[in-house]
Amino acid sequence: MQEVTASALLTNKIGLHARPSVKLTQTAKRFGSRIEVATSAAGPWTDAKSPVKIMRVKAAKGEVLHFKASGEDASAALAALVDIVARKFDEE
Amino acid sequence: MERRLSGLAASTGLAFGPAVAFRAVGEMRRETGPVASERQALADAVAASLQAVTDLAASLHGEAADIVGFQVALLEDDALTEGAYESIARGVPADAAWRQALADEIAGYEAADDAYFRARAADLADIRDRVLRQLFGLPELADAPPGAVILAQDLPPSAFLGIDWSQGGGIVLGAGSPTSHVAMLARGRGVPMVVGIGSDWEAVSGTVVVDGMAGLVLTGPSRASIDAARRRADELGQVRSQAETRKREPALTRDGTPIAVLVNVAGMADVAGFLVEACDGIGLTRTEFLVEQALQDEAHQFEAYAALLRWAAGRPVTIRTLDAGGDKPIAGYTIDGETNPFLGLRGIRLSLRHPEIFRVQLRALARAASLGPLKVMLPMVTVARELEQARGLLDSVLGELAAEGVPHAAPALGIMVEVPAAAMAVASFDAAFFSIGSNDLTQYATAAARDGSEVAAYADVLHPGVLAMIAHVARHGVERGREVSLCGDAGGDPRAIAALLRAGIRAVSVSPGLLALAKDAIRAVDLSQPGVDA
Repeated sequence: MQEVTASALLTNKIGLHARPSVKLTQTAKRFGSRIEVATSAAGPWTDAKSPVKIMRVKAAKGEVLHFKASGEDASAALAALVDIVARKFDEE
Repeated sequence: MERRLSGLAASTGLAFGPAVAFRAVGEMRRETGPVASERQALADAVAASLQAVTDLAASLHGEAADIVGFQVALLEDDALTEGAYESIARGVPADAAWRQALADEIAGYEAADDAYFRARAADLADIRDRVLRQLFGLPELADAPPGAVILAQDLPPSAFLGIDWSQGGGIVLGAGSPTSHVAMLARGRGVPMVVGIGSDWEAVSGTVVVDGMAGLVLTGPSRASIDAARRRADELGQVRSQAETRKREPALTRDGTPIAVLVNVAGMADVAGFLVEACDGIGLTRTEFLVEQALQDEAHQFEAYAALLRWAAGRPVTIRTLDAGGDKPIAGYTIDGETNPFLGLRGIRLSLRHPEIFRVQLRALARAASLGPLKVMLPMVTVARELEQARGLLDSVLGELAAEGVPHAAPALGIMVEVPAAAMAVASFDAAFFSIGSNDLTQYATAAARDGSEVAAYADVLHPGVLAMIAHVARHGVERGREVSLCGDAGGDPRAIAALLRAGIRAVSVSPGLLALAKDAIRAVDLSQPGVDA
């Protein structure tokens, strides 16, 4: 199965903190694909469906989030994730 | 045998009921079984905790719901328990395995660079203790019998919010402070509370009487004491319920002078179930508990301020900018180890040192001002320069928002009068309004710490010197046409109200739980008759 990648710049003021993390994982969980996120294209990669693991990443404003996904709905999943980051998690 | 335990009054009223102890789980250990049963014990405890926070989240709204919602998301995530199950498989007991897993997680949060992230460690500690309570089979406070008196060393706000207070009840804390978040919630809901009684609470059982007026706790009360408490509680209840029936009517003194009565809040949780028609607006919003969670989170702050303006439905809403420091430290923001934090870097002094954080709050406030009559109040202002510096920052964020095309409005900018030198020099401040912070003004003017029980009696707002300062500020307001109000605890204290009105105060802001009684106390004052009140 093809692996799909995408990236998005974190522009919301507080970075990937509590509520943004929860929203990101909720979006990821809507899809069946395996989805991972990292703050560098070289990894380390983190399960995008786990709020606990995403909070460990402590991604700050100005960092680029890299996504990779594999599965039936991988492209749609990454489009949705890039969109929610671009929308600043609907918080600003 | 009857015993009197003396502490500090944190929320007025009288309660008596069965003692329910809320023990910290810090040092407890449990008997350990085979690996399979330990694994099951942890799974059951996590499942029960998840159920409890899910139920709690559904009953809350606003910031409180957000905080609990985050806890739900973490408890749902297997990644949180992975490490603990690995330890259990190696033979570690469930409670020790869970403690270690959460200690590692918490250490990660505490090592973070920014304060917002570090503050989330408190949520993890809350989750940790919740699951431990399940593992130890300790009762959930939410299951306490109606009218129970909760005894604990300290009580997290989430525990307070999870308790049904509709049937009465009270709180006794071994530690704690009358200015803590939970004390504020207790005053807002009218739950009698005494703090600072020391470790004596641990041995308490049976019926307990909580006297939130005198700061006294009676354990093992005699029949006569219970009867006396019941009589006093009935009397207070009658006075209170009579006051409640008049709550929505305006507060006029006997001679017909209208007095504005507003409420003090820290967020929407304080006005849950409170009729907005009963008050003249929000006279003080304390933002420490809100902003501690969201120092750099403009959107979160904006939502919280907007919710208050929507609730007030056109009535004025006064929001105090961050008043951290003193007895309200914020990790990573306030200074540790000041010899006297009340005389140290706090309030506006600290905000002006951290303009990057202050600007976030000012932006959120200016945006919320587009939704209704919002007033911004600066705490601990000592010299006019501070007001002008804050005005400069506010003007600059207003320009920024205009350039970005973000809806905003210029809020009225006023100051809190709590430093005696500022009270006496009130004419030197070009403020849109003045709000007297009587708690701090009293403790500074009488040189008596308000959280120290040994000198608490000195910190009396009725001291002629304190009243003279209040009268001076009120007179200045009349002469210059600037609004003056009083937002300290004295405004809701029936014993102090007559003296405050005689000093010229015509607007008070009180805890929502005290509003009805404060209005009745105002109605008993006759300003046409010097010194004669009903």
